[in-house]
Amino acid sequence: MSPQLRSSPTPDGAAILRLERLSRSFAVGDQLVHALDGVDLDIAAGEYISLMGPSGSGKSTLLNILGLLDRPTSGEYWLAGEQTSTMSDDRLADTRQRAIGFVFQFFHLIHRMTAVENVELPLMLAGVPMAERRSRAREVLRRMGLEARIDHRSNQLSGGERQRVAIARAVVMQPRILLADEPTGNLDSVSGGEVVRIVEALHDEGLTLIVVTHDQAIGSRAHRRLLMRDGKIVQDLSG
Amino acid sequence: MKRADRHRMAFGALARTPLRTAMLLLATAIGVAAVLVLTALGEAARLYIAGEFQSLGTDLLVVMPGRTETTGAGAGMMSGATPRDITLDDARALLRSAAIETVAPVVVGESSVSVGSLERDVTIMGTTASYATIRHWTMASGEFLPDVDMERESPVCVIGSTIGRELFRGEPPVGRWLRVGDRRCRVAGLLAKQGVSVMVDVDTVVMIPVAMAQSLFNSAGLFRVLVQARSRDAMPAAKRFVLATFRARHHGEEDVTVVTQDAVLKTFDGILGALTLALAGIAAVSLLVAGVLIMNVMLVAVSQRTQEIGLLKALGARRSQVLALFLTEALYLALLGALAGVLLGFAGIWLLGGLYPDFTFRPPVWAVAGAVAISMACGMLFGILPARRAARLDPVAALARR
Ligand SMILES: Nc1ncnc2c1ncn2[C@@H]1O[C@H](COP(=O)(O)OP(=O)(O)O)[C@@H](O)[C@H]1O
Ligand SMILES: [Mg+2]
Repeated sequence: MSPQLRSSPTPDGAAILRLERLSRSFAVGDQLVHALDGVDLDIAAGEYISLMGPSGSGKSTLLNILGLLDRPTSGEYWLAGEQTSTMSDDRLADTRQRAIGFVFQFFHLIHRMTAVENVELPLMLAGVPMAERRSRAREVLRRMGLEARIDHRSNQLSGGERQRVAIARAVVMQPRILLADEPTGNLDSVSGGEVVRIVEALHDEGLTLIVVTHDQAIGSRAHRRLLMRDGKIVQDLSG
Repeated sequence: MKRADRHRMAFGALARTPLRTAMLLLATAIGVAAVLVLTALGEAARLYIAGEFQSLGTDLLVVMPGRTETTGAGAGMMSGATPRDITLDDARALLRSAAIETVAPVVVGESSVSVGSLERDVTIMGTTASYATIRHWTMASGEFLPDVDMERESPVCVIGSTIGRELFRGEPPVGRWLRVGDRRCRVAGLLAKQGVSVMVDVDTVVMIPVAMAQSLFNSAGLFRVLVQARSRDAMPAAKRFVLATFRARHHGEEDVTVVTQDAVLKTFDGILGALTLALAGIAAVSLLVAGVLIMNVMLVAVSQRTQEIGLLKALGARRSQVLALFLTEALYLALLGALAGVLLGFAGIWLLGGLYPDFTFRPPVWAVAGAVAISMACGMLFGILPARRAARLDPVAALARR
């Protein structure tokens, strides 16, 4: 866990993520598409949030900005009290590496590498020595129920197994936040259920969890449910 | 990211596309090998010529009829019309200097020579005993021309080894008679095999006393006078004396050209050095082509691996890390290509050496080092553009590409 994150003062004490009048627009041809339109949002450490809404409502755009994979056109985003708009490119990279885990709908594993090598990637980029990262990656894969698949290449794995490898990769650096963009969108209901169980178990250990989903059943399991439409959060239900 | 990991990643990426990698290695290797082989050729020519002139000795002056403004290889060598002949008396007058050890007058012409019914047209060289001393020639049998007065037409001759073999069919030629034009002479000696020396095939020459050559070709003028100084240090004094002598004997006109072997050698050296450089330049162009090829393939690699780059960035790779990763790949290509090229080049040179054993084929050290350095620099230079493109990719945009 990153020491900067724990020691950083947050504006209202509790919010680990805070968005203020956040907008993101894309130029498509000579038109501006407002994918996000003045979003305000406070998320406290340890929350479990689902993000739903029709296709094209801006869910992925929001999640990408939260994951520092994209930058807003205007507005402010504080991550653990740090203003992200002033972060340098290297600082952004380091924060992605240490503070945030990201799970994609299409897994994004590197096919020429084995499961354990894929999980090792963030550790390798962070400069963790070979022996240590191998044991850490194995340990995380074991927790995902994949000890038998450790040395399989990713194209020898089923969809559910691939997504579990991707989750292992997302949490191997022990981030405080896990962002998942339709993690079950490409899976059958059994594999999808397993993936949900795993991320909920991680949440139980203190991880702040945000899941984008189309699946009402999965979305309703979250403690706080956000509904988006046309780049705005139109509903925010808790309990 | 640890350096070993970066190298492993780069190597893994290259190994994943073996055909592409092999083509790039080949392109670089051919460029490097071309530099090596072509410079080795140029050097072989330079060394060969240098060796030829060195065999003449560095304390040698060559006097030619006719005045030329420039000195060096071209001068006098092709002089045609001469204002005034150089005579045997002129040559003898040169012996009066303390700076001059000896002189050898030379007359050259073509004539038929025959033994019995065997006849050949050969180059005839008229000279004196000093010539063999100056050229450091050795005899296979018999003696060189007798050390007598320049004016004497002793009926003797010395023959090259090929002439000896062809006209006497393996029988010992010394003591036999030979017809040269309308004269007869006794063979005094057979030259040891000399090969081609300063562009003249000595083995097919017949040498006769200079006075005999003059009357045979009916000319009083000498083609050359070789002047050997007492030492290398005596060269300037010898040259001054030669010029002063001719000025005095030719009514105040300095109508001869004096060339030192040093000057000739320097000129040839310069020309052939430039030739080697030009060859190296041509070869370097092929290296550049290899570099451009590497760049294009790396650009394709970047766009093929956009998703992977996006993923690395999403996982926290810094720009500098992605840059280093792709540069390492380009450098691997250049280094391995250069190594393969050096091997290929030396194989080619070895082959040349087998085909032409008379020449020494050795690429100059600067060419080997330069070729490797240029290919590495090309790899870096042409690798930077794709690597920067990769490093600057936006993670979300890169990931979205499918
Ligand atoms: N890179 C992009 N370029 C142009 N338009 C984009 C881009 N990314 C998203 N959009 C647009 O922004 C809107 C929101 O997209 P997105 O966040 O992917 O929606 P969701 O994930 O809710 O389906 C859509 O209208 C989409 O077309
Ligand atoms: Mg989406």
